[in-house]
Amino acid sequence: MNYENEEFFAPGHGMCAGCAAPIIVRWILKLAGPNTIVTNATGCLEVATTAYPHTSWRVPWLHIAFENAAAAAAGVEAATKAKGEKLNIIAFGGDGGTVDIGMQALSGMAERGHNVLYVLYDNEAYMNTGIQRSGATPWGAWTTTSKVGKANPIGKLRPKKPIAMIMAAHGIPYVATANPALFQDFKKKVKKALSIEGPKFLHVLSSCTTGWRHDPSKTIEIMRLATDTGLFPLYEIENGDFENMRITYKPKKFKPVEEYLKMQGRFRHLLKNPEYMEKLQKDVDNWWAKYGKYYRP
Amino acid sequence: MEVITRGAVITEPGNSVENKTGTWRVFKPIIHYEKCIRCLICWQFCPEPAILKIEDEKVKKETPAPKEPLKRLPVVEIDYDYCKGCGICYNECPVNAIEFVKEEK
Repeated sequence: MNYENEEFFAPGHGMCAGCAAPIIVRWILKLAGPNTIVTNATGCLEVATTAYPHTSWRVPWLHIAFENAAAAAAGVEAATKAKGEKLNIIAFGGDGGTVDIGMQALSGMAERGHNVLYVLYDNEAYMNTGIQRSGATPWGAWTTTSKVGKANPIGKLRPKKPIAMIMAAHGIPYVATANPALFQDFKKKVKKALSIEGPKFLHVLSSCTTGWRHDPSKTIEIMRLATDTGLFPLYEIENGDFENMRITYKPKKFKPVEEYLKMQGRFRHLLKNPEYMEKLQKDVDNWWAKYGKYYRP
Repeated sequence: MEVITRGAVITEPGNSVENKTGTWRVFKPIIHYEKCIRCLICWQFCPEPAILKIEDEKVKKETPAPKEPLKRLPVVEIDYDYCKGCGICYNECPVNAIEFVKEEK
């Protein structure tokens, strides 16, 4: 059955204008259909879509604490299995609830082999509580806990945690990075993930107008640049087989990282210093020099 | 006084439609149908969702289109009750068929 013309995510939610997370959720639910149960870690998505007594969800939905969306999804999966029901169990978590606080529950779910699709919508900081740095915040980004000033002209001093690689190292059937701005690729990966039995992990980039400091109308444009500059590569890894990892999209001509950075207030300070831009460009170039051979469209 | 349900369970799916978030809008997107090629990109990227895909045959035929054969395709319509005016549709429209104007209150 195709449910693309149905909406399982209702309007009237409190997500900021221009937020990318509802686009991701809306489409994953469309592709999963009504036979779905969702668990949702604490975060923007949970807070803004279920302000009591209202909910935007048209599928069964459970609010779970910050750290255990994956554990609860595993429990739901075990229960449906015991009852002999076949449902899509999807867990949504932000980057805080996934790469930091929810990490151990997620790792446990993967190790036990539950048939769950875990979706990380990665807006690269704790946006819900007011833009604090997380393990997924990239090097050089301003946040309220990686402030930019005389003592620290860079912002966040540590690189982004490679969460997709970490999940792939668990040897689970399917891990992919996706970007809704590259829509066909995103859709294909969601469909593929839903068709596979066992634990699946999708790392989806999700722009935050408030935290990334950009005009709400530029959401998709900026996310597209993240991939077109090479900063957010799109790949998939099956069964932890890194040798057969597949980069699914490669821009015909890479854009300089500057184009991505200059559209966002959180990177504004980097533009003043060519050294920082060069460092970021080099990081990207190194990644592609190492992994570019895995481009297999 | 409203009684809180046990476990704060919400029993009515999708009842957030009661919140008319269209009041948030500062800028308002307007579709110019004589330019719209019905590619559905705006519908695809709307985060609310506040862009509706209309499949009704009568609406498809009666809505203006730049070329006659396009009238076979679904029509997009903005639901101003919920549109927060983010402008993603205006920014992503490949043929600039969406105008983005200051909301008059």
